[in-house]
Amino acid sequence: MKVLVAMSGGVDSSVAAARMVDAGHDVVGVHLALSRNKTYGDGRQRGCCTLDDARDARRVADKLGIPFYVWDMAEEFAEAVIADFIAEYRLGHTPNPCLRCNESIKFTAVLDRALAMDFEAVATGHYAQIVRGPAGPELHRAVDPEKDQSYVLGVLQPLQLAHSIFPLGADTKDVIRAEAESRGLLVAQKPDSHDICFIPDGDTAGYLQRQLGSLPGDIVDAESGEVLAQHDGTYAFTIGQRRGLQLSRPAADGAPRYVVDVEIGSRRVTVGPPELLDVYALEGIKPIWTTSPLGEVPVDLLAQVRAHGVPVPARAHQLDDRVMVELLVPIRGIALGQAVVLYDGTRVVGSATIAATTRAA
Amino acid sequence: MLPGARAAWLAASEHLGNPSSLHASGRFARKVVEESRESIAADLMTRPSAVIFTAGGTEANNLAVKGLYWQRQQVLGNNEPLRVLASAIEHHAVMDPVAWLGEHEGASIEWLRVDHDARVSTTAIAESLAAASNVALCTVMWANNEVGTIEPVDRIAELCREFGVPFHTDAVQTLGQVPMNLGALGADAVTISSHKIGGPFGVGALIVNPVTGFTPVMHGGGQERDIRSGTLDAPAIAAFAVAVRNAVEHQVEHARHLRQLRNALVKGVLATVPGAVLNGDPDLLDGGRLPANAHFSFPGCEGDSLLMLLDAAGVDCSTGSACTAGIPEASHVLLAMGVDEHTSRASLRFSFGYLSTAADVDRVIAALPGAVDRAKRSASSRSS
Repeated sequence: MKVLVAMSGGVDSSVAAARMVDAGHDVVGVHLALSRNKTYGDGRQRGCCTLDDARDARRVADKLGIPFYVWDMAEEFAEAVIADFIAEYRLGHTPNPCLRCNESIKFTAVLDRALAMDFEAVATGHYAQIVRGPAGPELHRAVDPEKDQSYVLGVLQPLQLAHSIFPLGADTKDVIRAEAESRGLLVAQKPDSHDICFIPDGDTAGYLQRQLGSLPGDIVDAESGEVLAQHDGTYAFTIGQRRGLQLSRPAADGAPRYVVDVEIGSRRVTVGPPELLDVYALEGIKPIWTTSPLGEVPVDLLAQVRAHGVPVPARAHQLDDRVMVELLVPIRGIALGQAVVLYDGTRVVGSATIAATTRAA
Repeated sequence: MLPGARAAWLAASEHLGNPSSLHASGRFARKVVEESRESIAADLMTRPSAVIFTAGGTEANNLAVKGLYWQRQQVLGNNEPLRVLASAIEHHAVMDPVAWLGEHEGASIEWLRVDHDARVSTTAIAESLAAASNVALCTVMWANNEVGTIEPVDRIAELCREFGVPFHTDAVQTLGQVPMNLGALGADAVTISSHKIGGPFGVGALIVNPVTGFTPVMHGGGQERDIRSGTLDAPAIAAFAVAVRNAVEHQVEHARHLRQLRNALVKGVLATVPGAVLNGDPDLLDGGRLPANAHFSFPGCEGDSLLMLLDAAGVDCSTGSACTAGIPEASHVLLAMGVDEHTSRASLRFSFGYLSTAADVDRVIAALPGAVDRAKRSASSRSS
């Protein structure tokens, strides 16, 4: 089979490429250049698209003896991921850019282009599993719970899954590193990337301030209504956040306070005790189903709202183009714009963007 | 590498000596270097003292551009910023040092426009030379590396002499492709490079007018008439000289062979690929275009997809220049010729060498229509 492997220059996609070669596929490696401002890594920043990363990917391809190219996806990335990220924050939402990148870049722009060029599949170093089920390909969690990336792949549709391969999902990260080592891949000890790749210093608030400018407003106590402090922009706050509030006075009972609400119009950030954060139900829009739509009869599933969040029992059903999710165990601190991914056991059922939450039981 | 060049390299490498040393092995290395210098000078119809060895074309271009600029400032006795005339289609090894002078030395750069065939206008150059007295240098490549257009360097050299402005030409692409008589040209600096003619990588030369001054870019032991310091690589220089001899001796038959293959490719591509456009000088017979160069646009295609598909079919071609990360960029040459950015990205250069055969041409013509078709589908998948 002709397989295109998206190679970031990291250990995971390198081993994915090696495994595809071993499986006897006709493999071509492609590195995605997602930024026009090319920089060399300094060994500390852990983005995924520096020139050094491109070089690492190229050296792995050399070692595997496969053709290697760099695809310029900077324009698509700037539009579909970065602009969306900034626009969502402007609306007071908390988007997940990795999810958008998978949805728009890796499994749309790259996959479409690969298919047009007669490739049959795109393989990546994501930790997730595809199981051939009776109704078509099913997306499942990876074996390694620490590394499982099924959440950020919850945006894939049946046709995309049919042409995707995740060669690492059945192994733990330790196994993958050891394999990279035994294959003599120089990237074996490269650190994992955790940050948002286009904010390599990890300072998301600083990045947003540069993009959105200063938009000062009040930080208000939920219970007393008192103004506690000023802030430079609502985008620096996300519901459930506790750190970085810089409140000079502690709460009356001395307990920590959390961001419980962010209002864009009045630029008001409300803080209060954690009990105010418990979400019992949520409503998702723009649902995407990995195999088939959910249907209007409530089904018992698991709901996860963060990439590394804990899944909780939930009852979900579809209502027109919305998904209504009742959380049987409340989740603390859910911001609008986050994705809810629904699971049936280890199988990803689908995902939706959270547009409303209910906090009273 | 040419077998003769490799043999010369190996022979010289058996006597490891520093050409600047005075002992026997130093003298031997020195002899190798000087004989090579004389050989190259004779082949290019200039004097041995004109040949300044460098570590390749990029270094020679930097030395010419910056060395002439700073020399002119020194002669004028002040640090006033000067003007530089440079064609808009120079190779990065000229374009970037020129732009650097603009950014870091305050030089005012005039990028000379080209017509749709990528040729500069000698009338416009004459006007620019006449318009101001503070021109430090004029640089126009002998032939363009992407679209193969040969520039009117004889006339430009003549104009520059008339106005007393130093003239540099980058002839890396030209050596071995067209006749080169540097004595008759009378330029102040001409860049040549070894690897383009079957010699080793990492060696080249700036052929200078010995009376024109150059401020050194590299300072040190004072080798190469105090213009270019650094220990000379005698084996590489010996092999370079063999490659130059071969390029010049066989230029006529070589060009005939290349032209024949190239013309067969152009004819085949235009006949089999709907919408294909030949870029550069359309005169395929002689004079206006490097015989080894064919450059096409395939509107509606994606250049890098096309390159990948042809690569898979065993055809090596190039989308022009790639940036550091290996991403094909819209060519500044095509943009200067008035080609739009989209079409510019959908363009490929095919070049021929002395090992190219008619079977290679057939292979390209067989692979190209299908590849173009798929690259068009891939382009539309992106825009949808």
